Amino acid sequence: MAQIHIFLHAFILFLSLFFVVTNEKKHETVTEVCPNTPSVSPPLKSKTTKAERRALQEAQRAAKAASKANGNSAVAESGKAALAKSKNQSSLKKDGPPVTSEVTIDKKSGNRPPEKERKKDAPPQRMQFDDQNRVGKAKRRALVNQTEAKNRVELFRHLPQYDHGSQLPNLESKLFQLDSVHPAVFKVGLRYMAGDISGVNARCTEMLRALQEAIIDYSTPPEKVLIRELTAKISSYISFINECRPLSISMGNAIRFVKRRIAKLPLSHTDVEAKTALCSDIDRFINEKIIIADKVIVGHASTKVRDGDVLLTYGLSCVVEMILLSAHDVGKKFRVVVVDSRPKLESQALLNRLIAKGLSCTYTHINAVSYIMHEVTKVFLGASAVLSNGTVLSRVGTACIAMVAHAFSVPVLICCEAFKFHERVLLDSICCNEIGDPGALATVPGRMDINYLENWTNEENLQLLNLMYDVTPSDYVSVIVTDHGMIPPTSVPVIVREYGQEHYLI
Amino acid sequence: MDFQVVVLAGGVSKKLLPLVSHELPNALLPVANRPVLSYVVELLELSNLKDLIVVVEGKDTALNVGAWISGAYADRLHVEVAAVPEDVGTAGAIRAIARHLYAKDILIVSGDLVSDVPIGAVAATHRRHDAVVTALLCNTPVSGPLESVSSGGKDKAKKPGRYDLIGLDPTKQFLLHIATGAEVEKDLRIQKSILRSVGQVEIRADLMDAHLYAFKRSVLLEVLDQNGEFHSLKHDVLPYLVRSQLKSEVLLNGTPQAEENGTEKVISQSNQQMLSQILANASEPTFHLRHELSTNGSDSVRRTHKCCVYIAGSNKYCARLNSLQAYNDINRDVIGEASHLSGYSFSSHNNIIDPTAELGAKTTVGPHCMLGEGSQMGDKCSVKRSVIGRHCRIGANVKVVNSVVMNHVTIGDGCSIQGSVICSNVQLQERATLKDCQVGAGYMVTAGSDCKGEVLTKK
Repeated sequence: MAQIHIFLHAFILFLSLFFVVTNEKKHETVTEVCPNTPSVSPPLKSKTTKAERRALQEAQRAAKAASKANGNSAVAESGKAALAKSKNQSSLKKDGPPVTSEVTIDKKSGNRPPEKERKKDAPPQRMQFDDQNRVGKAKRRALVNQTEAKNRVELFRHLPQYDHGSQLPNLESKLFQLDSVHPAVFKVGLRYMAGDISGVNARCTEMLRALQEAIIDYSTPPEKVLIRELTAKISSYISFINECRPLSISMGNAIRFVKRRIAKLPLSHTDVEAKTALCSDIDRFINEKIIIADKVIVGHASTKVRDGDVLLTYGLSCVVEMILLSAHDVGKKFRVVVVDSRPKLESQALLNRLIAKGLSCTYTHINAVSYIMHEVTKVFLGASAVLSNGTVLSRVGTACIAMVAHAFSVPVLICCEAFKFHERVLLDSICCNEIGDPGALATVPGRMDINYLENWTNEENLQLLNLMYDVTPSDYVSVIVTDHGMIPPTSVPVIVREYGQEHYLI
Repeated sequence: MDFQVVVLAGGVSKKLLPLVSHELPNALLPVANRPVLSYVVELLELSNLKDLIVVVEGKDTALNVGAWISGAYADRLHVEVAAVPEDVGTAGAIRAIARHLYAKDILIVSGDLVSDVPIGAVAATHRRHDAVVTALLCNTPVSGPLESVSSGGKDKAKKPGRYDLIGLDPTKQFLLHIATGAEVEKDLRIQKSILRSVGQVEIRADLMDAHLYAFKRSVLLEVLDQNGEFHSLKHDVLPYLVRSQLKSEVLLNGTPQAEENGTEKVISQSNQQMLSQILANASEPTFHLRHELSTNGSDSVRRTHKCCVYIAGSNKYCARLNSLQAYNDINRDVIGEASHLSGYSFSSHNNIIDPTAELGAKTTVGPHCMLGEGSQMGDKCSVKRSVIGRHCRIGANVKVVNSVVMNHVTIGDGCSIQGSVICSNVQLQERATLKDCQVGAGYMVTAGSDCKGEVLTKK
């Protein structure tokens, strides 16, 4: 609410500025027009006032556009001034009604272009799952019926949490009912929900491949434009996939890329040409942004591995695995410490593959990481996304590893492709996260005797929380290895700006 | 969703012989006064599958079935009835209609299946694992108390012949072994390679193959082409695919690299490899993948294909009409426990009496019974757990217990019918007693005859 007041006050200040400016202009136009046609004064007067109003509008627009450039600083200052003003509650109330009318006029006249730009820049409002209205609306539109889980943790009510037991059978039995969903997209959604695919690279690739197949099978209905129809269809597929499993931040980048390429298709293209162009674009994206990027990262990072190193890795990152294997192939002598955590125990697969290739490994769980860190010389971690303030979003537990490494003065290298960079900023792990299956915490596979939490759903006082992601602040990250080179975390916004969405596939 | 449905409706089977005839083929045998094929068609319609191919053996039978289908389902479904020569077996039937199949996956349903299992779930499992074949397994239905002795099974040792021996992997998703109980005499043979890669095989005898399969079309047609001697899907094709799942000889992708949307290959060969590596590492490795990767030094990559199963929940009903005993059981179940399948609404006494049926004085119709339209019952009759068809004339003092009476049957006074099946147009004269018998169509049972466990048909 305070924010609205500040905004309002900023408007008031702008208005005062403009009315000063336009008053001057008014005088100028009046003196100009009058000497020309003195005889036709009554209609002229209205004409001049109309023209004068138009001139007023133009002047306001120009002034607004001009002030926008240095307006950010002005807004900040006016914001502070408004804060001081807002302490006067009575003046607020008095100014309220007359100011709103002025605000609306101003909005109608000169505000539209700047506001449009502002709307484009601001990200669309994200779905918060503790807002009953929006949840209700989304449920009615949803293709997949999911029942909400019981015993949800209060702090994470804004995240979607569904009953995992019934999700998959529900979706499976609907295979033939969901005619609007392309079979390839349904398959990807099914595999996401079943947990068959994990890891951003694989998920992104599978999703893009499914979209490719959907594009190939797509045909424009008569009397409709390909661009709009295809974009609408793809949006519906993406919302289906989102219902199966919430999209990660970097997958949003890939989807925006696809939509941008569709929007840029020249209208003269026929269906077939457009489809082949799109498919080859998607292929190029996968090739350049994932496969070749991985090769470049491996090339950069392998130079950092020296003989006698002890490298620590956590979780299952395909890039880190490739780095370790390529360094081993080149012939460097090093040891690997593989750290793992429940309930996913993902690193065991990595461990298997490393041992099969002959690397010497140590395996431990995250509760012992502070005891093994004194042996470690470098830490290699993967990321799910890297945000503009240098924070790294990755598997839960990564922040812990990075902190311990920092405490022991061990350098932390994050290996991440550039398409995972996002202009968003996150300060904590709570705003944007994903909640996994709490039942996985309650059971230990292979240990039937540890069944104390068997009836955890019936316990009123018990809430299980299984978070999937966490956020590592930029202080704990030494360098980020990307396909653009090895950059410090403070340079992430530069990459986002310079090599951002507009420059993909040049 | 890129699925095509084929219903194998059979012809005139020998196992159901007194009941079926040229005029009444297998598919149109009435269960709870509805042809058994209607259960399959309704199940498919519920799952939104409106395009079916029904395969029938024999031209006349095909005409019969086609006439019934177009009468009952003309506007709701699009059904093609294909006639195949008799005795070609299920594999031969698929070979015959191969040119009508174009979708990526084929769903093959046996026409004598009475079930309420969601078909979408079987198809989804098939898609999810990219399997070559997915089979539906259900709990073996409990057999009725009155074993029909005249079914030809004089030797009691053959009694457990109806179950299958199924080998599953620990996650209960993949099919490792399948054999019908009848084939197994002393020992069971399991492939060593399969056992070695999986580590643990669970052999179950309480699951039954419901004859509902989802096949990948290219693989099915290839297997049928290469092995011309395969006669039956269940006995030949399925075990072949299950046995060879780790030494696959079938081409999985049809024409793999040839189609690239006409553009030159954007992703080069080594990059493709890397991509498949990323994707493989990201997913849970099944034992197929582990087997493929463990090719120590041999150049030829061992290809594998997956055979999946879907195990129906224990609250779902699933039964196949392949013997006389099964016919009795299914009739009893459909009007009894699985009454939601019959589609009728039960009256307060837990039975279905058609409004046009007439009951005489002091006639009792017990629970779990069904009376068709236009039937008339005399006085002092009692009907227990039976199904009576349309336009029957039943005299006085008749007892019908645990039986199925089809349409247009005339039963004289004082008859007693127990555990029997009486086909259409039969005439029973006074005081005939039938116990565990099957009476073929058009027969006339003389007065006062006392039959136990016989098959009575017109010569």
